[in-house]
Amino acid sequence: MTQRWPIVVFALAMAALPLIPDLPPFWIVLLNNIGLAALVAMGLVLLTGVGGLTSFGQAAFCGFGAYTTAVLTTAYGVSPWLTLPLALIVSGLAAVALGLITVRLSGHYLPLGTLAWSLGLYYLFGKMELVGRNDGISAIPPLSIGSWRMLDAGAIYYVIWIAVILSAVLTTNLLDSRTGRGIRALRRGHIAAEAFGVNTARAKMLVFIYAAVLAGLSGWLYAHFLRAVTPTPFGVHASIEYLFIAVVGGAGYIWGGVLGALIVIVLKEILQSYLPLIFGGQGQLELIVFGLVLVALVHLAPNGAWPWLTGLLPFKRRPPRIDTTLPLAGRPAAEPPPVLLQLDGARKQFGGVLAVNDVSFAVGPKEIVALIGPNGAGKSTTFNLITRVLDASAGRITVCGADIASATPQEIARRGVARTFQHVKLIPDMSVLENVALGAHLRGRAGTVASMLRLDRADEARLLAEAARQIARVGLTDQIDQPAGSLSLGQQRIVEIARALCVDPVLLLLDEPAAGLRHMEKQQLAALLRQLRDGGMSILLVEHDMGFVMDLADRIVVLDFGTKIAEGTPEAIRTNPDVIRAYLGAAA
Amino acid sequence: MNTTILLFLIQDGITNGAVYALLGLAMVLVFAVTRVILIPQGEFVAYGALTYATLAAGQTPGTAMLAMIMGLVAFCFDLFAARKAFRPKAILRAAAVDIAFPAIVLALTWGLAGRANAIPVNIALSLLIVAAIGLFLYRIAFQPIAHTSVLVLLIASVGAHLALEGFGLIFFGAEGLRGPAISDAMISIGQLQITGQSLAVYGITLALIVALWLFFDFTLYGKALRATAVNRLGARLVGIRTSLSGQMAFLLASVIGAISGILIVPITTLYYDTGFIVGLKGFVAAIIGGLISYPITAAAAIVVGLVEAFSSFYASNYKEVIVFTLIIPVLVLRSLAAPEVEEEKE
Repeated sequence: MTQRWPIVVFALAMAALPLIPDLPPFWIVLLNNIGLAALVAMGLVLLTGVGGLTSFGQAAFCGFGAYTTAVLTTAYGVSPWLTLPLALIVSGLAAVALGLITVRLSGHYLPLGTLAWSLGLYYLFGKMELVGRNDGISAIPPLSIGSWRMLDAGAIYYVIWIAVILSAVLTTNLLDSRTGRGIRALRRGHIAAEAFGVNTARAKMLVFIYAAVLAGLSGWLYAHFLRAVTPTPFGVHASIEYLFIAVVGGAGYIWGGVLGALIVIVLKEILQSYLPLIFGGQGQLELIVFGLVLVALVHLAPNGAWPWLTGLLPFKRRPPRIDTTLPLAGRPAAEPPPVLLQLDGARKQFGGVLAVNDVSFAVGPKEIVALIGPNGAGKSTTFNLITRVLDASAGRITVCGADIASATPQEIARRGVARTFQHVKLIPDMSVLENVALGAHLRGRAGTVASMLRLDRADEARLLAEAARQIARVGLTDQIDQPAGSLSLGQQRIVEIARALCVDPVLLLLDEPAAGLRHMEKQQLAALLRQLRDGGMSILLVEHDMGFVMDLADRIVVLDFGTKIAEGTPEAIRTNPDVIRAYLGAAA
Repeated sequence: MNTTILLFLIQDGITNGAVYALLGLAMVLVFAVTRVILIPQGEFVAYGALTYATLAAGQTPGTAMLAMIMGLVAFCFDLFAARKAFRPKAILRAAAVDIAFPAIVLALTWGLAGRANAIPVNIALSLLIVAAIGLFLYRIAFQPIAHTSVLVLLIASVGAHLALEGFGLIFFGAEGLRGPAISDAMISIGQLQITGQSLAVYGITLALIVALWLFFDFTLYGKALRATAVNRLGARLVGIRTSLSGQMAFLLASVIGAISGILIVPITTLYYDTGFIVGLKGFVAAIIGGLISYPITAAAAIVVGLVEAFSSFYASNYKEVIVFTLIIPVLVLRSLAAPEVEEEKE
């Protein structure tokens, strides 16, 4: 993000707000509540909207933050500022413990799991002597600087909103980085992310802890703002409300968390103060209206208010300009081994189905090998065995002489094997540039903290430059800033090739790269692949277009029902009777 | 602990567990067919129980009116959905389901309320009312967004829960209610005393589980529901009306919820918001069953009931903590054995 002025304007506006004469003090209290909720919602944006992990337990993490400071300041007289790091550490540690249990669960298990432990923790808060049972802890000291005690809402207002704005900036930085691309790939592209070296399990844990620490921060502020804590604001209903805030604001957008908090808290306030006037005091009408609005909102704007609002703005964010001259260190030049890839009796069984049956072949340096066969012959399964997406049932596969039996997909990428997928696995809402840059993940070094503090810019610029170069190489420079999902399927396959090239591979695995391409595009692709081979790369490709394969491949391996039936030059394959029988039937 | 207490706790646990089993099954059913995590299941329980108790007390439950209003709204939704082509048959069907059905239920309620009805009459009426609410809830809140992600459906589900809970407070007040027992019989076997009500709970639970199993494995309709669960698009392509499957699932879930409520309201006092926690315990069982397996869910529910009974005896303060953290070891086991999860598609 090069344009920082909207944040500066926002910060100045927020700083000036309390200076308005005759501002009702109640407004400041409301704004404080909005800030507190925004912090939690921001964590949820990262966790749920971006990372795809739904949590019903964020309020419990607020509880960890709030109770840590409440206990330490009241029972042990520790200064509130000293408890801040402790509160963050406690919520972070709680997230590590709970995350180890639940984060691995994907799909609907995760929200259900979080729901369960958040209920358990709520009752625990209400029963434990240490945290004052249901009565909670009161008389928590206010924050103070020197002799200035921040007793009124207007004082802590600044602390809260500095925390909100700082967190928003740090989170934005994090998402716009190497680590951030890994996080953004979690929801809709974790298989591809794994294949390019992102440790998705670690990325999930990272966002889980990050969101919990933000919630802990909110809890710490809450304790010193209200100066009393009880279990109620840390229960499941509060967690649900935070999730609601994130969805209302726009679960995929950091500022959506802030906007959502504003909308929901103001709406609740209005409902609570005016509904009884209209309908008389009976019942919890605001609950009904709140619920109905929630349902209506999900129907009308499932993406939230933030994208809708920014869509109304007359100006758009300019995409960053890339300096393509920045070099990115490649693989150290070395004499290529005589055999890059060797399969020895590789076998894969799915229950009773033998998908790959004792297949053996090798790929040497500087050669294009094609893997062909009728549908269901086991070609893509073979690819998945080589890239360790699947475990081989038997046999030995070596890459550059090393056995890969226990390697992770990330290690395969590190060894210089890059792949594309038969069913395109791009992240549709990320730009072509960012998708391709994901391929260079292992060639960057910047970590999470460096990304948040913007210390990664030199590293990041080199990664983006490499990505832009590879995009130019495959001829998609015109589409570089478009969302990958808006490209045609054929172009998306080419984007996948660019992404694979970003690995700086020694072996490129292409799964049906020519499918969906027009004739001219196929010829361009063939020329590119030849050029890559002549540059020293080896290519193993699965393809159905026989003209394309016969023209391009140096050697062809034919599979049928999981078994290798032939191997040889295109000429030899063309006349091989077994191959003809497999493709055309016995009579031919 | 002596044998009497032990037997009592076991009996109490199994009785509660049976009810949780019903709720867990309903949640599995709804999730499998519609991908909605049914938070309002608890409201179906409370509505069923409190409607029954209100009828038994000789008053008119407000839920009948709610069903009527929801039916009218659902009819508007159906008309709006049918705006592109005028098909009299579809509109007639919509009018029959959305207007005639709740209107008849409402008329029956007005006609029968205030008299000393037989218990089965009150039960049937309560079930009809809650069934209508469940059906229209799907039509209004979920059918238009059936194609969206699990998260969006979940948020809508939470919204429906909040709204229904608010209505519950208006209809039934903040006071708890109890209903008359289905049976006053009492059987003694040695030290063990079994009430007719517990027997009714066991019998009805078993009957429903068997009925669900028969329905899903042996009828075309049940198979259609399962097909929808596996692949919405595929099911549509072979001519299954997925919206109907969803309505069916909600109808079943609401009836099951209401039955559970009616079964427990003679045993414990129910409040307008008790349903949430009772539903969540069924939910714990459903999660243990992985939201797919009916028998594991039923078995897990019994375990939940037993754990609850014993922990309320030994550590009543931490009863809820124990019940809800029970799920964590299960999740750990599941996460160790978790297969590769496919990515979210939109």
